[in-house]
Amino acid sequence: MSWNDDWRRVRAVALKDLTAERRSKSGLNAVTFLGVLVLMLFGFALGPDTESLRDAAIGAIWLAILFSGVLAFNRSYQLELDGGALEPLLLYPGSRWSIFAGKLLANLAFVGLVELIVIPVAMVLFHVSVPAGWGAQLGVTLLGTIGFVTLGTFYAAMSSRSRSREVLLPLLLFPMMIPVLLGAVEASTSLMEGNVMRDAGAWIRMLLVYDVVFLAAALAVFEFVIEV
Amino acid sequence: MESVVSRATGVPIASREVRWTTVGIVGLVLLVVAQLYGVLTSPPDRDMGHLQKIMYVHVPAAWNAMLAFLLVALASLRYLWKGRLADDLLAASAAEVGMLLTGLTLALGMIWGKPTWGIWWTWEPRLTSTAVLFFMFVAYLILRTFVDDAERRAQWSAVVGLLGALNVPIVYMSVRWWRTLHQMQSSPMTLDSSYTWPLRVNAIALMLLMAYAVAHRYRSAIMTQTADELMDRLALQGAPGGGGSRA
Repeated sequence: MSWNDDWRRVRAVALKDLTAERRSKSGLNAVTFLGVLVLMLFGFALGPDTESLRDAAIGAIWLAILFSGVLAFNRSYQLELDGGALEPLLLYPGSRWSIFAGKLLANLAFVGLVELIVIPVAMVLFHVSVPAGWGAQLGVTLLGTIGFVTLGTFYAAMSSRSRSREVLLPLLLFPMMIPVLLGAVEASTSLMEGNVMRDAGAWIRMLLVYDVVFLAAALAVFEFVIEV
Repeated sequence: MESVVSRATGVPIASREVRWTTVGIVGLVLLVVAQLYGVLTSPPDRDMGHLQKIMYVHVPAAWNAMLAFLLVALASLRYLWKGRLADDLLAASAAEVGMLLTGLTLALGMIWGKPTWGIWWTWEPRLTSTAVLFFMFVAYLILRTFVDDAERRAQWSAVVGLLGALNVPIVYMSVRWWRTLHQMQSSPMTLDSSYTWPLRVNAIALMLLMAYAVAHRYRSAIMTQTADELMDRLALQGAPGGGGSRA
């Protein structure tokens, strides 16, 4: 099995998931709407004062992404299970990790699309203007999203096939998300304030280490999860 | 003595029962002695007064909780490596005891924090990481109750236990960067010698009790597993008394 074959397999799984999503759009619509709804709820909970809204904006964005995105991951396997398609998918020759990598890419695209709507809406609702270093902000968002989607896609392979999957996934996922949440929120906040304390770099490195560690770990142990 | 051996775990259920009971009794006696020793001999702290005595349970509980978590990680790794169901049951037993100890650490920390800092909870690194550890133990145990198939449960919880262990240092580092306000970590180095010995003896006593509790839970998990297998075999054979391989 060459690297090329693996990559073709990854791409096929990702495109299959994205095509299924594009044809129904029900998942994307529901999850995006929920994300915006969570932002509205934060707005009501934190009151109409512009200053406090602005201070809470980045945290609210990340919680909206976590709370809405978590619904996407179970779906990614649920579609396979409903159609009885998981076993055939496992029967195809090739490595197991390519299935995970394909689903990971599809979920990344999915959550990225949700963010594309949720973040601008949050900026409007919470009175945040486009920051000067928006490139770095995008980088932070990307790193945080990769960490979130990696573990979300990984744990959903278990939760989607157990009882009470709706409860199980957040219970497994959210305690693991604390470094991502801290790193992304702190790095973004620091960049917003012009990185005066020069601490954004440390948080970005932490996010990078987190992503690499858990991406490698998830790819390595995925076959233990999917084969039983 | 005739002993029934579980096929899946390969562990005889009557093994080493007496030895672990002795460990439990020794641990309990030592704990009572060490607590009395700590409460009676160590002088009141300059700032905290007798409130400091909470340390004799709080700190040993925290240390032993870390030990329990290490045991979960090692047993999980061994399960993935060797595929013996017994290792999974050991990890689960250690996780139960670990959850209890992290819960105890948190509760005592809060009871100590209220009069000392004036607040029940502070977002201090070690306190916060312990809370995260507690939630990871809880999630691990909840996962186990949600999965019925023994092999699937073992495989999944081993993976969750391992990823959780990977996350512990990252959580700790990130929370420490985020907030730093705590009392220096209590270790024999930061303490006056009048507090050191009671702390050490208490930690050892609690460790013995933990070992006893883990062994006891492990034993009962093996028994449950063996009973399940016997029931299955009985149901398959349809004749009473037909099951049970002899070792």
